[in-house]
Amino acid sequence: MSDDVTRADVCAAAIADAFKDDGEIFGSPMGLLPMLGVRLAKLTSNPDLVISDGESLFLAGVPPLFAKADVVEGWIPFRKVFDVVAYGKRHVMMGATQVDRHGNQNISAIGDWAQPKRQLLGSRGAPGNTVNNRTSYWVPKHSTRVFVERVDIVSGVGPKLAKETGPAAARYNDIHRIVSNLGVFDVKGPDDSIRLLSVHPGVTVDQVREATGFELDVPTDVPTTREPTTEELILIREVLDPKGLRFKEVPQEEAP
Amino acid sequence: MTKGPRDKRMSIDDVVGELQDGMTIGIGGWGPRRKPMALVRAILRSELKDLTIVSWGGADVGLLARAGKIRKLVYAFVSLDSVPLEPSFQKARQEGTIPELVELDEGMFQTGLRAAAQRLPFLPMRAGLGSDVLVNQPWIKTVTSPYAGPDGQSGEELVAVPALHLDVALVHLNRADQHGNATYLGPDPYFDDLFAMAADRCYLSVEQVVDTAGLTVDTPVQRLLLSRMMVSGVVETPNGAHFTTCTPDYERDERFQRTYAAAASGSDDDWAAFRARFLEGDEAAYQAAVRSFAEEAK
Repeated sequence: MSDDVTRADVCAAAIADAFKDDGEIFGSPMGLLPMLGVRLAKLTSNPDLVISDGESLFLAGVPPLFAKADVVEGWIPFRKVFDVVAYGKRHVMMGATQVDRHGNQNISAIGDWAQPKRQLLGSRGAPGNTVNNRTSYWVPKHSTRVFVERVDIVSGVGPKLAKETGPAAARYNDIHRIVSNLGVFDVKGPDDSIRLLSVHPGVTVDQVREATGFELDVPTDVPTTREPTTEELILIREVLDPKGLRFKEVPQEEAP
Repeated sequence: MTKGPRDKRMSIDDVVGELQDGMTIGIGGWGPRRKPMALVRAILRSELKDLTIVSWGGADVGLLARAGKIRKLVYAFVSLDSVPLEPSFQKARQEGTIPELVELDEGMFQTGLRAAAQRLPFLPMRAGLGSDVLVNQPWIKTVTSPYAGPDGQSGEELVAVPALHLDVALVHLNRADQHGNATYLGPDPYFDDLFAMAADRCYLSVEQVVDTAGLTVDTPVQRLLLSRMMVSGVVETPNGAHFTTCTPDYERDERFQRTYAAAASGSDDDWAAFRARFLEGDEAAYQAAVRSFAEEAK
């Protein structure tokens, strides 16, 4: 890998790639790296993407992370977000405190729901997102604590569980990508299980296996996640995230 | 003499006087945004108990939980945004001090309010299917569609989201007239109109009471979110959403929120000190304490 390309840059480009074929829909990132990746996609592979300020405005331009004052092209208060979720023209990338072999996600609580060991956010919009619109997950610290055999609480519904629940749950279930600091995954392994699509430059398949708490589907040939192009690196570093906020999620020293 | 609509202005204490033990109270706003905090603080000071609280939760839920006011909580999340996990809520959940809990998807929550606002027992929705929302709330049922969908498939089994009927809704907006017509001036109406319509009675606190003509003098008519027919009482509480946002009157008081979160996740003594400083007096005492807290940072 080129000396100065950081792991965070690779993750940003991998997240951007998750949105490149989405066409003209609402790209809805939760968290910092997803926001960076979505904006990078809009500036490169998918200029039709609709993006917001994370509050209530659709932005016509692509401002740096957390910047205000850009041209506004629409209004998306929370009530209209729910409308767009049901309408389906949305791809959300959420976080995941746990994600399991079958792509179920938990952001609600750790332990028993009745009296959890650790209360997290609550289900938020994960149940609705996963049965209505395309959903991806971002995991900044890939470990066996996050990638578990079975989530404690199902907030986001994976494809196997959606199919078992019935056609109304499965019809629009579309778990697209899981991007972590180690690699890129989908849920198209055997029996709708998590499959390794690529490892980031400098990461081995064994490292990913060791950091995963279930048996991962690993194809014979695992490619390396692509490095960002020079154009993308300039956009990430000089336009979208000149302050280096991305390194708070994926520290710089992690680069090989 | 021409009669106009009645004057609904009242005091914070008048509002609390209308509430009773065991009531179901919906709290408007969203997470740490435009919450009727002055009214919540007054509930903290009151003798009220055994409340059912219905809220897209922020510090409103945290504070009420910490004060032991909640018998049942209906929520989809509780968060302070810049402090993602609400420490008082976390503590209450982990110690099991809220007797009854209903955790919904945040869109189901809107659908439940909408059903109540339309006086329906439920409305159908896809959200919740397959998730543990239906496992942990087994009383929430599904319903089979009597119609074919647009693709010709028939008999979809959807969630019958139960109506979230409220005895009382508490909401905070930027401006109202004395009759209860009210505008929000920030970027998002949240769901305060739905809360009002899902409730038997709605009490509205505002930054400023103006005359009716003043409501639309400098803002579009589309910002008139509440009609007086949805509102039972109006209270002027300047800075009444503190420490949540009330854009454009003020943004969230992040320094105060950090102090709250540190005290709430600290020792019992830390919390007692925070309570003594901010929560034991009336609203005027609270606002004075907040002003002196702000002075310290200068």
